[in-house]
Amino acid sequence: MSELDDISCRELVELVSDYFEGALTASDRARLESHVARCANCAAYVRQMRETITLMGRLPTQTLSVETEAQLRVAFREWKARG
Amino acid sequence: MDLVQRWSPTMLRVARMYVPSQAVAEDVVQETWLGVLNGLDRFEERSSLRTWVFSILVNRARTRGQRESRTVPFAALGREEVDGEFAAVEPERFVREGDAVGDWAAPPVRWWEEPERALDSAEAVRRIESEIERLPETQRAVITMRDVLGMSSEEVRSALDLSETNQRVLLHRARSKVRKALEDYYTDE
Repeated sequence: MSELDDISCRELVELVSDYFEGALTASDRARLESHVARCANCAAYVRQMRETITLMGRLPTQTLSVETEAQLRVAFREWKARG
Repeated sequence: MDLVQRWSPTMLRVARMYVPSQAVAEDVVQETWLGVLNGLDRFEERSSLRTWVFSILVNRARTRGQRESRTVPFAALGREEVDGEFAAVEPERFVREGDAVGDWAAPPVRWWEEPERALDSAEAVRRIESEIERLPETQRAVITMRDVLGMSSEEVRSALDLSETNQRVLLHRARSKVRKALEDYYTDE
């Protein structure tokens, strides 16, 4: 254990989101990074979190129905005409 | 109309979190745009246009959801989603005593090392969707806006009227649950 390494794996999993959000203090960030560099399990955990976030970005999107979009188009046109 | 096309898919998903059907969500998005047109002269540029539009959307969707009884009044929620005990990973997966206390006892699964599972990302995405659906309202809103739709933390905070800390706590709790659902999916037979 280095002097920096005073967080446990159990504590680390609660800090990962703050780490991604850039919300950790410089010293907590250094502690987390030094722990992850030497702990394959926590490195795997961090990767799980990153993969989870990546997959969430792939959820399918929906679009407005043609009718609604047409109605909005009319509303926008009228609004513009009103000035 | 460009904006309508660009933002409506995101707006539909946000609205859908509060109301019981896609049709109602579509209604809410339409009402929001009409409200935006009528209120545009009241828009003060203290926030971005997008932030303003989404605040209107969330208010309308929430009101509509209450009427359709999908959601309980907002004030009653939120607090318990932030307060209270929470563990990102079940405590029993860590060593409880001795020299190694706090180390992993049951380490995270490296699902990317299992080729046939890793390939099936369509099913993984479905699992994620159903887990998000099960989250408490505000956690669901935060994770959808941040991770599914890629909105910034500031936009989400203004649309949902959350403090910076609460937004982070909600995101942490929601992400941890979705991660767990995904790990369960990769380990379940």
